[in-house]
Amino acid sequence: MERNNMRRQVALMRQSLFTQGYLDEQFVQLEELQDDTNPNFVEEIATLYYRDSCRSLQTIEQALEKTPHDFNKLDNHMHQFKGSSSSIGAKKVKAECQQFREYCRAGNGEGCMRTFQLLKKEHATLKKKLEAYFQMARQAGPIETASRPK
Amino acid sequence: MTIEPVLDDQRDQFPLGMRVLIVDDDVTCLRVLETMLHKCQYHVTATSHAFTALELLRENRNKFDLVISDVQMPDMDGFKLLELVGLEMDLPVIMLSSNGDRELVMKGVTHGACDYLVKPVRIQELKNIWQHVVRRKKVDSKDRTNSGNQDKSHIGNCGGGMANSDQNVKLNKKRKDQNEDEDDNRDEDGYDNDDPSTQKKPRVVWSVDLHRKFVAAVNKLGIDKAVPKKILDLMNEDNLTRENVASHLQKFRLYLKRISCVANQQANMMAAIGSSDSSYLRMGSFNGVRNYHALTGPGQFNNTGFRSMPLNGMIGRVNTPAGLGQHCLPSSGSIKLGHGQHPSNSILDQGLFPGNRNGSMFQGNLELDQRHSKGATSVRDLSAGINGTPVFPIAGGLSDAKLIVSRSSDAVGLTDDPILRHPRDFEGGREYVNQSSLSVAPLKSDFSAPFLDHGRLNDSWSSAAQSSAFRSNSFPSSNMRDNIPVVMSSQLRNCQFDVPSINSVSSQLQDPRTEMLIQPSAISSTAEQIIDSDPTQGWVWMDHKQDSPYHHSDAISSSMNSLMPANIPVAFDQNLDSKGTTLQRNMDFNSIGQSNFLDPLHIKFDEVERSVEASMNLKPGYTMDQRKPQGGLVSNNYGLLDDLVSAMTNQLEKR
Repeated sequence: MERNNMRRQVALMRQSLFTQGYLDEQFVQLEELQDDTNPNFVEEIATLYYRDSCRSLQTIEQALEKTPHDFNKLDNHMHQFKGSSSSIGAKKVKAECQQFREYCRAGNGEGCMRTFQLLKKEHATLKKKLEAYFQMARQAGPIETASRPK
Repeated sequence: MTIEPVLDDQRDQFPLGMRVLIVDDDVTCLRVLETMLHKCQYHVTATSHAFTALELLRENRNKFDLVISDVQMPDMDGFKLLELVGLEMDLPVIMLSSNGDRELVMKGVTHGACDYLVKPVRIQELKNIWQHVVRRKKVDSKDRTNSGNQDKSHIGNCGGGMANSDQNVKLNKKRKDQNEDEDDNRDEDGYDNDDPSTQKKPRVVWSVDLHRKFVAAVNKLGIDKAVPKKILDLMNEDNLTRENVASHLQKFRLYLKRISCVANQQANMMAAIGSSDSSYLRMGSFNGVRNYHALTGPGQFNNTGFRSMPLNGMIGRVNTPAGLGQHCLPSSGSIKLGHGQHPSNSILDQGLFPGNRNGSMFQGNLELDQRHSKGATSVRDLSAGINGTPVFPIAGGLSDAKLIVSRSSDAVGLTDDPILRHPRDFEGGREYVNQSSLSVAPLKSDFSAPFLDHGRLNDSWSSAAQSSAFRSNSFPSSNMRDNIPVVMSSQLRNCQFDVPSINSVSSQLQDPRTEMLIQPSAISSTAEQIIDSDPTQGWVWMDHKQDSPYHHSDAISSSMNSLMPANIPVAFDQNLDSKGTTLQRNMDFNSIGQSNFLDPLHIKFDEVERSVEASMNLKPGYTMDQRKPQGGLVSNNYGLLDDLVSAMTNQLEKR
């Protein structure tokens, strides 16, 4: 009972992540890769992503502090960051990345900085949500790890 | 049929167990991709460093069936890696990027990628990547039985893929698949096509001779009209499939294109310099590294000598299709590989100087202008002659240096060649050619330094001459293979040039301005006769500064040309994958006026020079003493030259 309840909650939480636009189809792809041989794959990837992306964000932040802005470099960094964000399906983060890159191309330093703040916020929000989600999923039991019904 | 027992099982279940190498600096993506591929039941090796990937591949090409690489990586540009892998290992490469812009995709196509995936990648897209591996093998076998049919498509492909990079994306994209089929089939010999999951088949080794024939055929047909089937017919070679020719042609075209870019740049320069020699072919520099496999597999070269012809042919062609600008000297005459009909005379004869002409092989000047100094222009593989090892022309990243190879309008080595004439002029002053042979002394690891990397011969000619252009890729010895650095990475590995003499000569080349007529006297006694006739043989004419030396340069270039051609064709995309020879052309040599055909010659120059010195009385103009490669690149270049020379020497000896 309890378990079922938990599972349902997990499922709901997962669903909301999608409907609220935090995650996209790519996340489902990751989920599909999770199986018995790789039971915690999604979580592992998310962890890896956050570790790596924190570093990237720091780099970008530092680059932003330098003026005049080297838009090319910023764009490159962001390109990279966008790539990894898209690999885990971080939809909102990805959108902010895109926006940032556009500002870079336009040479809009102010826009870049603003967007970057938004990006960080999204990044942090997603992190929290994912953490909560994984935790709950673990509690609910392995079966419940969000896998799409085959 | 080579069978690796370990993989046999996997092979049988192909595509299961297909071995994929993935390269992406982003660890998240890498991990995801790796897992997806595992899910598809492929065997995956992942690395986040492009250089590591290259090492892995070089170590054993047969360990992998497919490579997937990210486009944007900090240590190496994905496209460069793509090129290198394609040239050196002839493996299908799939590009990966989060940026799916048309231009990038197009770039992928033109660089030879067999597919382009946009991140985030879905597993469904990966499930079918094995087709690229199969396709390569299949085409080979199919081609054997079915060469006619593919001609058309190939023509289309060639046209679309190669020369028309500016074709609209759509068109190219449309052709991409076809191209892949054709292009992916590099010089693979269609040995075992029965089993698609077989390992890579032995490659066709594009020996100097073979390449010469190839170039001759291409020239005859006209670069635009050259289609593999016809080329094959003209070449009349057994054991060569249309596919082999097709892939070789593709590489050739790419090569031409690249040198044309360089050449164009050079043209201006040359124009300024006022080269007395009329035309020179510009050989575009190859950006980055262009590896061309050595002409021939080890040993082959020896027999063929330097076939300047091919080079000539190439040179001639360079201008044409690739849109080479300016001074293309497509002397059709020269391009005839066929001149070669002197199968044996000294090497010089063969390639360089057909008949006993002093004429340089290249008719006109082949200007190799390596502008993009990425350090490695192209390394010509001089492999063949030298100790059986491929000669690698050194293509240094002579950024500024232009290698101008002048080609006389005549056919290779024609006496009428203006270049040839030059030598005569020189005779007075220069005696280059006393030395008859280019001592092809293997440039042993002397030049191991990766010239190419640094090929920045930016400014001085000499430096350019020396270094830049030639990245000596491992040459002659088969060991070199490993060294053949991808030009791209501009790692010149050991330039093992077997032409010590040339080395000396090459050193001389250092001073661009001075005509470094380096006479690869070392080449061999046999070469002697040839050399006599053409003092410039084997001379690297590095003089690009002044007009005067033109003749010298001509001479040199002629010699170089001769050498070059040998190398060039060879190098140009040889299947020496196995050998790891890469042909890098150093286009940076800017020989003012005449072509500075330096690549292999340079290297050899050092050696040659030394030997030559004794015999030759170079006029003050010649800086035979320039041994020191400026910027250290020279040495590298010399390596190539050495190889060239050695190759030549070998040839000569054989005769």
